[in-house]
Amino acid sequence: MIPALAVEGLKKTYATGVEALGGIDLRVEEGDFYALLGPNGAGKSTAIGIIASLVTKSAGRVAVFGHDLDDDWRAARSTIGIVPQEFNFNVFEPVEEILINQAGYYGIARERACQQAEKYLRELELWDKRRTQARDLSGGMKRRLMIARALVHEPRLLILDEPTAGVDLEIRHAMWEFLQRRNREGTTIILTTHYLEEAESLCRRIAVIHQGRIVEQGGMRELLARTHGEHLVLSLTGTLEVAPVLKGFRCELVDPVTLEVQLPTGMGINALFAALSAVGIEVLSMRNKHNRLEQAFLQLLRENSVDEHE
Amino acid sequence: MSMNKVAHPYLIGYRTILAKEVRRFMRIWPQTILPPAITTALYFVIFGKLIGSRIGPVAGFGYIDYIVPGLILMAVISHSYANVVSSFYSTKFQRHIEELLIAPLPSWIILAGYVSGGVARGLVVGVVVTLVSACFVELSVFHWPLVIAVVFLTAILFAMAGFINAVFARTFDDISIIPTFVLTPLIYLGGVFYSVDMLPPFWQGVSLFNPMLYMVNALRYGMLGVSDIESSSALVIIIVFIGLLGAAALWLLHKGVGIKS
Ligand SMILES: Nc1ncnc2c1ncn2[C@@H]1O[C@H](COP(=O)(O)OP(=O)(O)OP(=O)(O)O)[C@@H](O)[C@H]1O
Ligand SMILES: [Mg+2]
Repeated sequence: MIPALAVEGLKKTYATGVEALGGIDLRVEEGDFYALLGPNGAGKSTAIGIIASLVTKSAGRVAVFGHDLDDDWRAARSTIGIVPQEFNFNVFEPVEEILINQAGYYGIARERACQQAEKYLRELELWDKRRTQARDLSGGMKRRLMIARALVHEPRLLILDEPTAGVDLEIRHAMWEFLQRRNREGTTIILTTHYLEEAESLCRRIAVIHQGRIVEQGGMRELLARTHGEHLVLSLTGTLEVAPVLKGFRCELVDPVTLEVQLPTGMGINALFAALSAVGIEVLSMRNKHNRLEQAFLQLLRENSVDEHE
Repeated sequence: MSMNKVAHPYLIGYRTILAKEVRRFMRIWPQTILPPAITTALYFVIFGKLIGSRIGPVAGFGYIDYIVPGLILMAVISHSYANVVSSFYSTKFQRHIEELLIAPLPSWIILAGYVSGGVARGLVVGVVVTLVSACFVELSVFHWPLVIAVVFLTAILFAMAGFINAVFARTFDDISIIPTFVLTPLIYLGGVFYSVDMLPPFWQGVSLFNPMLYMVNALRYGMLGVSDIESSSALVIIIVFIGLLGAAALWLLHKGVGIKS
């Protein structure tokens, strides 16, 4: 099957000499909900910028639904919708005009452009604000405006660069539902985010990019399954002065009533509680120090860090 | 043509950019349309009525009549230039140029859209200045096709020049350097207010290197039927410049100079 996005050997060195991408390969199948993760400066936005025709690549190829971005750019660009990380609309234009104009740039005649604008302004709950100048929107509304704008031409591949940055909890959940529905209806979605629980709950596949290279790529479930062990934080009923020595577990006392325990892969929680009970420690409550994806992510970064002086 | 006929996507894209550009300068009309009306009125009061009445006829015309074509063209030049340079620069600066770059539009449509926006402003201002002139003098047109061709082509040329200026501009100051230090002096020295016959021979020769001289005189010929130079050479010069600047602008856009990293 033709992938929604195929990226091969993509490299980018900026004029400043910064090598943002050192040759990445990505393959996103049609219908995927894909997370592109990585720490600040990893090269995510650079990769998206190249796919969006906003950044010129230094080497490599990009194809969208089989359309090469260089040779068949009209077809390729028509199928992509982009929600950039930074606001990039004309702040003096009314919200509705921004959408209608964007549709026009995609060659959609005025009448249909107006219908499309209305459809997405309603879906993203901006219809009441249609006559407002974009600069008068709140931060969360501006994000939704960019999502609406990215959809006016009904792209088959939607790429969102940190769409939920600075968005409140309620709207974030509404956005998640919106994106999930969109994905079920057939739109392929690629998303970057620093909220790993977001990626974990939304995305089925994942690539982790670090210092301009892909360090992990595959199914979310497989990745999580490979994470070694969990890090638990226990609140104790009594107080301790030193961390207990438990066979098979690494324990660390954070404060007299809080104990952190590293649970090795394959070890059940019952074994931990049995060991704790044996030394007379009672647990009031327990939580994960990181969520599972966070844990996997941090581990990947540790394993793949290249120091300045290699 | 049937109502259901769908326009070519490029045509729709072009019209969208042009409409957006026209809305922009209409929305801020006190900055774009009003000032030239006021300056023109002042020119007529000062140069036409007060000073002009003490100057004898030039080339058989009253001084006030003689300067009308130059004043109109001066407004067309500076406004088609100003529109594109400031609009395209702020498009770059605010980054909504990205809305165009991600879309399936070729560079030449983007260029055509912005240049047409500049031409539209040049023409609107040209008409406004002409109307103001009509309050002070009796206007005449000697050769309509020439008038239309000169005004239109000059507007295209300077809209393109404004585009190139915007591509290279890195700060807001950069968009006023060329108008202040190049355009305005060339226009003033291009025979708006005098006939080059009045200059000493050496400066007459130097003036021939000023492209504005040809444009101003071509319009003067179109309106009054008198000129310091041959009108056909003026048209050739304008068209050659349009070709050169157009090619440069397209190349810059294609390479993404100043807009893509
Ligand atoms: N226009 C630019 N010119 C020069 N260097 C740049 C430019 N844009 C990005 N970079 C550099 O390229 C590297 C990758 O940046 P990029 O924006 O792609 O990271 P990112 O993964 O999106 O990070 P974040 O999570 O912070 O958004 C960084 O070192 C950055 O400083
Ligand atoms: Mg980024």
